[in-house]
Amino acid sequence: MIIKNVRILGGDPVDLRLHDGLIAEIGPGLTGAGETVDGGGAVVLPGLVDLHTHLREPGREDAETVQTGTQSAARGGYTAVHAMANTSPVADTAGVVEQVWRLGREHGHCDVQPVGAVTVGLEGRQLAELGAMADSAARVRVFSDDGKCVSDAVLMRRALEYVKAFDGVVAQHAQEPRLTEGAQMNEGVVSGRLGLTGWPAVAEEAIIARDCLLAAHVGSRLHVCHVSTAGSVEIIRWAKSKGWNVTAEVTPHHLLLTDDLVEDSPVGAYNPIYKVNPPLRTRADVEALRAALADGTIDVVATDHAPHPVEDKETEWSAAAMGMVGLETALSVVQEAMVDTGLLDWAGVADRMSAAPARIGRLPGHGQPLEVGAPANLTLYDPSGRTPVDPAAFASKSRNTPYEGMTLPGRVVATFLRGRATVLEGKLT
Amino acid sequence: MNRHLISAGDLAKDDALLILDTAEELARVSERSIKKLPTLRGRTVVNLFFEDSTRTRISFEAAAKRLSADVINFSAKGSSVSKGESLKDTALTLEAMGADAVVIRHGASGAPHRLATWVRGSVVNAGDGTHEHPTQALLDAFSMRRRLGGLDGRRITIVGDVLHSRVARSNVLLLATLGAEVTLVAPPTLLPVAVGTWPCEVSYDLDAVLPKSDAVMMLRVQKERMNAAYFPSEREYSRRYGLDRDRFAKMPDDAIVMHPGPMNRGMEIAAEVADSPRSTIVEQVANGVTIRMAVLYLLLGGETVA
Repeated sequence: MIIKNVRILGGDPVDLRLHDGLIAEIGPGLTGAGETVDGGGAVVLPGLVDLHTHLREPGREDAETVQTGTQSAARGGYTAVHAMANTSPVADTAGVVEQVWRLGREHGHCDVQPVGAVTVGLEGRQLAELGAMADSAARVRVFSDDGKCVSDAVLMRRALEYVKAFDGVVAQHAQEPRLTEGAQMNEGVVSGRLGLTGWPAVAEEAIIARDCLLAAHVGSRLHVCHVSTAGSVEIIRWAKSKGWNVTAEVTPHHLLLTDDLVEDSPVGAYNPIYKVNPPLRTRADVEALRAALADGTIDVVATDHAPHPVEDKETEWSAAAMGMVGLETALSVVQEAMVDTGLLDWAGVADRMSAAPARIGRLPGHGQPLEVGAPANLTLYDPSGRTPVDPAAFASKSRNTPYEGMTLPGRVVATFLRGRATVLEGKLT
Repeated sequence: MNRHLISAGDLAKDDALLILDTAEELARVSERSIKKLPTLRGRTVVNLFFEDSTRTRISFEAAAKRLSADVINFSAKGSSVSKGESLKDTALTLEAMGADAVVIRHGASGAPHRLATWVRGSVVNAGDGTHEHPTQALLDAFSMRRRLGGLDGRRITIVGDVLHSRVARSNVLLLATLGAEVTLVAPPTLLPVAVGTWPCEVSYDLDAVLPKSDAVMMLRVQKERMNAAYFPSEREYSRRYGLDRDRFAKMPDDAIVMHPGPMNRGMEIAAEVADSPRSTIVEQVANGVTIRMAVLYLLLGGETVA
């Protein structure tokens, strides 16, 4: 297959020849037999890798399945997603992670790399069989109780130590549970006015500080999920300055949206479409997160794609589920927040959304430099133009996007997984 | 005026004064032997109460009935809500029944905002979670205006659990709109972290504020706060923030004492203070009916009292 007229990381137009799942040739004016795709000057990025996706299967197939979730990922330009462990049953055994891994292979829209739970049932009491998951066909390297914090300091220390044996990483959902009992939104000016129980920044920052110190003490790898506050950024910057092996992610929504939307938005006050954990924070936090992503303090953009059925969002605020879908809007949001603001170029986007997450997740086939011989995992992205976000067009089973009615830049034109198109002209193949 | 009354902050000064003035006129009706007005004949007011609050419900019920509206009381207990029906489905049911106004009391902050997106009728917030209770603020302002002669420049002190108080939130907003100077007094644990952004002063020292108060409003301390480390003990709270006889003596001679009820006598307020002639607590209840008549009248009826 030949892809005509594309710009690698936004550079000069070239053509690409794909063969046997690899990039076979890069150059101008390529011709030859086989299918030809007109790239129309699109930017080529290495296929995006999400470190943080909720596919909901098994257990909540009404919200998402591995099939619809990976279709959604492909439409968003992703070639690999890490499937979080908070399913039902919880992905805390080799059996469950292999089931998810197999479902991913069967559907084939993108690679599905299961994340294993740190503790049995995400209950924070006893380590799950981390080694068995690592040794399984799913080859788990990322372990997380995401949705819940591994708040017990001893258990966290042991997990960090234990996964060193198989080069694993613990991805922490940093939320001090006692400081966030009944928490509904960022604690600050807006929560005080709205009478919603606050989720204070310190509840995230205290856990991150503790975990950085623990990771340093035992010489292990720590990954911090969905960093949301300016204070967290400062702590991670400090830990990295010490040379400690700490990485961090930020979600697209924390790069764009703020907590005042809970009070005042086009969809009305207290609309749970903005309810998410960790919560939307302030403009100052957004600015700090953008700066941190730009300077590499935050390594990765991860979606925290969290599908929920309509009835779990069309409720009063406190009864609603937390989370937002994000796979199909992630790249556009990153363009809006980082590229169009001059904070990141396309090489930077490729690093934060493909190379770095693949490195942290230990996915050797993804996030490779776009050169001859590399796996043909590619995302073609047209950054020109702006379109209104239309949830009805999502491949995801769920519609809980905070961007409905908003206009975002760019669109994913095509996605290639090992040389095979999973999306062409914006549509699933 | 807005179609709904959800937050005291939605009321411009003219709106608030119109409600208070209308209530004055309606109060004169209440002094007649026949209290009923035909104004809302044929209109339906639904009292949708997800929390037990007999006082507020009967106050709204009496207000609607005195205006000749048809009143439907919908209590969550024993209804389809207790079987898991969503707020949205309840709203659609009320909509199908043709409710002209829905008075909602709900344990979740913001429930009236959500309701207003699903029904066409007017939504009146009768207390939502720890957010607001605008008709309480209006009846408090009405009571204060009657006793103090006006609110502009008056110094109003609100004491107690501001963090969890819908009464405090609505009062701060409304009193600021009406030109009063509000001071909140509470232990720091019971104030929102960003209370400095509110249109009022804040103090931790009740004794310092009392001599400079024209009205002191004591908030109820909920039992569940007592076991959640907001303060060390009931007695310590009472010593530092309770309005006892000695503190009452520090207030100016013509200053009044208020409480939205129900009271914890001996905790936030001493019995002899609550029962003193300078207490407006019983008047507040009576004024509640009047102010709710004014609100329903203005939302559903017209501009002038017939």
